[in-house]
Amino acid sequence: MSSLTDLYQEVILDHNKRPQNFRVLTGEAVHSAAGDNPLCGDKVTVYLRREGDRLAEVTFQGTGCAISQASASLMTEAVQGKTEEEVQRLLTAFIHAMKGEEAPDLGKLEALAGVRDYPMRVKCATLAWHTLHAALEEEDAPVSTEE
Amino acid sequence: MKGHRQETVAEPLQQEVRAVFDPESVRADFPALAQTVHGRPLAYLDNAASSQTPQAVLDAMEHFYTRDRSNVHRGVHALSQRATLAYEAARETLAQYLGAASEREIVFVRGATEAINLVAWSFAAPRLAPGDEVLITHLEHHANIVPWQLVCEATGARLRVVPINDAGEVGLAEYERLLGPRTRIAAFAHISNALGTVLPVRKMTELARQRGVPTLVDGAQAVPHGPVDLRDLGCDFYVFSGHKMFGPTGIGVLWGRLNRLQGMRPYQGGGDMIASVSFEGTRFREPPHRFEAGTPAIAEAIGLGAAVEYLKGLDAEAVERYEAALLTTATEAVTALPGVRLVGSARERVGVLSFVMDGVHPHDIATILDQHGVAIRAGHHCAQPVMERFGVPATARASFAFYNTPGEVDALVAGLRQTVEIFA
Repeated sequence: MSSLTDLYQEVILDHNKRPQNFRVLTGEAVHSAAGDNPLCGDKVTVYLRREGDRLAEVTFQGTGCAISQASASLMTEAVQGKTEEEVQRLLTAFIHAMKGEEAPDLGKLEALAGVRDYPMRVKCATLAWHTLHAALEEEDAPVSTEE
Repeated sequence: MKGHRQETVAEPLQQEVRAVFDPESVRADFPALAQTVHGRPLAYLDNAASSQTPQAVLDAMEHFYTRDRSNVHRGVHALSQRATLAYEAARETLAQYLGAASEREIVFVRGATEAINLVAWSFAAPRLAPGDEVLITHLEHHANIVPWQLVCEATGARLRVVPINDAGEVGLAEYERLLGPRTRIAAFAHISNALGTVLPVRKMTELARQRGVPTLVDGAQAVPHGPVDLRDLGCDFYVFSGHKMFGPTGIGVLWGRLNRLQGMRPYQGGGDMIASVSFEGTRFREPPHRFEAGTPAIAEAIGLGAAVEYLKGLDAEAVERYEAALLTTATEAVTALPGVRLVGSARERVGVLSFVMDGVHPHDIATILDQHGVAIRAGHHCAQPVMERFGVPATARASFAFYNTPGEVDALVAGLRQTVEIFA
């Protein structure tokens, strides 16, 4: 039962209760993408605004479990101000880490490491990241965990 | 767990109803119940999704596979004859259990979903013209929504939906108002899978009959909780799945009035459903075989028959009283926890306790409960319109069978207490 505290770390619970960058972005330079997990109904929309090759602003809105909300919130903090290349690298590393594959240290995102022991919850943690990817690629079709 | 005393919420219940029905007397019949999950005794409270299977069902299926395994309705050899007899005996068992007029009214299908699709396409579709209506309720499982949407799309008919009130009940007045001159079929659940609401099905079939409207009742959540008497129910079609009533997966029943079935085109074509085939044309067999194209799920049908035999061995009235008491106790204990709100508070509710907790998503509840060995379902329960009606994306759902115990309710409550603590 100790792994419950690994899963629901303070950082996760805080971000769930008070998600960061939880707002809609508007404006011409803004790209957004929607993602959902049809199996559980988690929904997220990720917004980003570029300045040059950097992400000046990344925000999200949505509903879902603590893992999905905290992951989205932590993600927006982690990618803010990074170049697209850095973000893509982080995105790949994060998804590898969630699947239990080898990945570099993820800094604050390590708070989500406990999810690895809950295979049914990995999709909750990765939903926002796949959606960010879609926003970066400017894909119009909504992201689904089930395709 | 934390230091505070674990109250046994169910003590009075234990004394009161143990005399009526003792779940311990049946638990040993269900091998899967005797296991630990994450080091805790399993409390299986996800019966509305799928129930557990008694040994008698497994034995019946094993007997088929080790002794009688062969195809049905075609061989003259001994094994095929035994397989055919066992398969058809299962049909008779079902017919007798449900009060069907004849075993010819029992069509074996994959489950309730396939049964509804069959009726939608073979019965309803040929009767639907643009502007005609199919009537369902807001409480339905997606399996009793989507097939109707598909036939409506194909025929130009319109899907009408009877609303529900804040308690999660279907209003009879609204239902009656929506039963119009263009209604060609009314389809509704016997018991809601998401909320446990018992629908006034007898009244509903009667009102439809007065207007000459055929009815389909989705009994998937009703048959696990006691015998259903079709003579009394007054519907034209009744459907359910085997795996929710302690039988195997992959098997279910479509019951239809014989005259209805006889007037229907086949749903699928293939072997075993034909009287004769030539390239000029094919004559179909009489029901039920007309609707059972190809080799059926023989072992599963035999297993379902065994599940019914098992249920017949229980005191149905005692089981019903016991389940009602267990649900009441669970409801009281769970809703007494801080921030917990019941979703669906129908006056008549069976088997299901659907709830939400302030600030905690149902999936997080389910993950924490799982660590306590408590299996519940979190999500929209394939009833998204119901979730929308109550303004929640999902609920946590504990659902009960006669083998569940007051001690399992305690485990549920203990897990929920820890959930409250973690998210405090």
